[in-house]
Amino acid sequence: MYAQMVTSEATQDDPDKLAAFQARIDAGDKIEPKDWMPEGYRKTLIRQIGQHAHSEIVGQLPEGNWITRAPTLERKAILLAKVQDEAGHGLYLYGAAETLGVSRDELTEMLLDGRMKYSSIFNYPTLTWADMGAVGWLVDGAAIMNQVPLQRTSYGPYSRAMIRICKEESFHQRQGYHIMMKMAQGTPAQKKMAQDALNRFWYPSLMMFGPSDTDSVHSAQSMKWKIKMNTNDELRQKFVDQTVPQAQYLGLSVPDETLRWNDEKGGYDFAEPDWSEFYDVIKGNGPCNTERLAARNKAWDDGAWVREGLMAHAEKKRAARMAAE
Amino acid sequence: MTDRAALFEYLLRLGDSTLILGHRVSEWCGHAPALEEDIALANTALDLIGQTQMWLGLAGEVEGAGRSADDLAMLRDVWEFRNLLLVEQPNGDYGKTILRQCLFDAFHFELLTELTHARDDRIAGIAAKALKEVTYHLDRSSETVIGLGDGTEESNARLQAALDLLWPYVGEMFAADAVDAAMHKSGIAPDLAVLRSRFDTRIDAILTEATLTKPDSAYAQSGGKTGFRHSEHLGHMLTQMQWLQRAYPGATW
Repeated sequence: MYAQMVTSEATQDDPDKLAAFQARIDAGDKIEPKDWMPEGYRKTLIRQIGQHAHSEIVGQLPEGNWITRAPTLERKAILLAKVQDEAGHGLYLYGAAETLGVSRDELTEMLLDGRMKYSSIFNYPTLTWADMGAVGWLVDGAAIMNQVPLQRTSYGPYSRAMIRICKEESFHQRQGYHIMMKMAQGTPAQKKMAQDALNRFWYPSLMMFGPSDTDSVHSAQSMKWKIKMNTNDELRQKFVDQTVPQAQYLGLSVPDETLRWNDEKGGYDFAEPDWSEFYDVIKGNGPCNTERLAARNKAWDDGAWVREGLMAHAEKKRAARMAAE
Repeated sequence: MTDRAALFEYLLRLGDSTLILGHRVSEWCGHAPALEEDIALANTALDLIGQTQMWLGLAGEVEGAGRSADDLAMLRDVWEFRNLLLVEQPNGDYGKTILRQCLFDAFHFELLTELTHARDDRIAGIAAKALKEVTYHLDRSSETVIGLGDGTEESNARLQAALDLLWPYVGEMFAADAVDAAMHKSGIAPDLAVLRSRFDTRIDAILTEATLTKPDSAYAQSGGKTGFRHSEHLGHMLTQMQWLQRAYPGATW
């Protein structure tokens, strides 16, 4: 899940219009950019889609950290393709957000000055090659849990972006698991590396779904609007149930001594992550928050002359065309 | 030099240049000036690494010593690399990166066009596949060089500085030696002098449109494609690129 703790906006629109809008959503209609929508719906979506887009962009960094050290040409190519997909996802999502009346540059500036967030997971470092496996397997796995239902979200452009994204994400997860498999079946050092990566990424992955929101008013509103399709706890449970057998297949241990299969609920009982750590990361105190934001700010600032140069050239060409006509 | 030895050397030149440039371009990942550039750079790097797999794969086959493309990429030292000096130059600012790309693409495009007629089906096949990708690389890098050269005062100055810095690495691409001569003689490689004139025509047109001035020095650095003397930059790149294979010998990934 690349959007965490998205606060839904209160809305003060005409009750009749609101009721008609809700009826459309309940009937499974897709809301399109030119349709009437409550201000709160629009603002919540901007925040959620924007946060998701930012996560794709910042998410290039922990993986980019290993592209230059990928162990084989094939692994390097696969990782490049994956990171390229992520930049592409950012592009679709910014495009979807733009249909709600906010520009990509405005969203980018809000990311860079800290007004908007990105997923907490990308504030953790990638230390070994096994982390490329863990990121694909766990982080993309958790993202898919959230994104598959979002293909049915009520906002048309967001739903269509999700459909494209989901196709690529499942490939990402498979390649991550494949890296883990190679390492788990590899030398003792590789196996140790794989276990170490799982140890470090397990709880941060569970945090991706956000804290329990069963009683959250904001989540209830978002679910009513079909911007959010499941509660955080439902998705987290689903993720754990799917992932534990995969870890067992790899011969790796999930770093949770309380983990038990619960016959009654038909799922695993598991330990909650340390939510105080989560709030610290969200506040900017995670292991890599400073570096990640600094890297994005540097890319943006260093790139200013490039963007300005290309714009100036386009403007000259446009003026020349106008003069010729 | 036997024909096989010359062919092996020649394939290393092709594969090492795409490998080293692909690696350099991939260093940009997540740090480009705009999202579209990030995507395009990753795409270019990906194409170049794919071409590397084909060229070095064939090189290993021709050598017949059981070395795979990965062995060649990950387990040779600086003096065994045969890439052009141009492609190992550090990225610098985006102007330097895109100008380096444009100079290489203009050469690469002409070379691959000729290699599609090579009297060796394997080489002609790889060249045909790579040419499709490189046609796009050249379109994009030349358009960007033109855009930035003819952009603002600052973007023009940065591109001119990059051109002045990189121009001495152009000559090596066209300097024929015994390997090139042997490959030309056996109907594989083109005459580099012919390539140079096509390259000049194209680059002159790009630079004119970009309002950039071609340096009048004809001085050319050399030593990359022969492996005689690489720059200091290559070794640092290899320490990063080859780290895992060197640190965990024999592991499969």
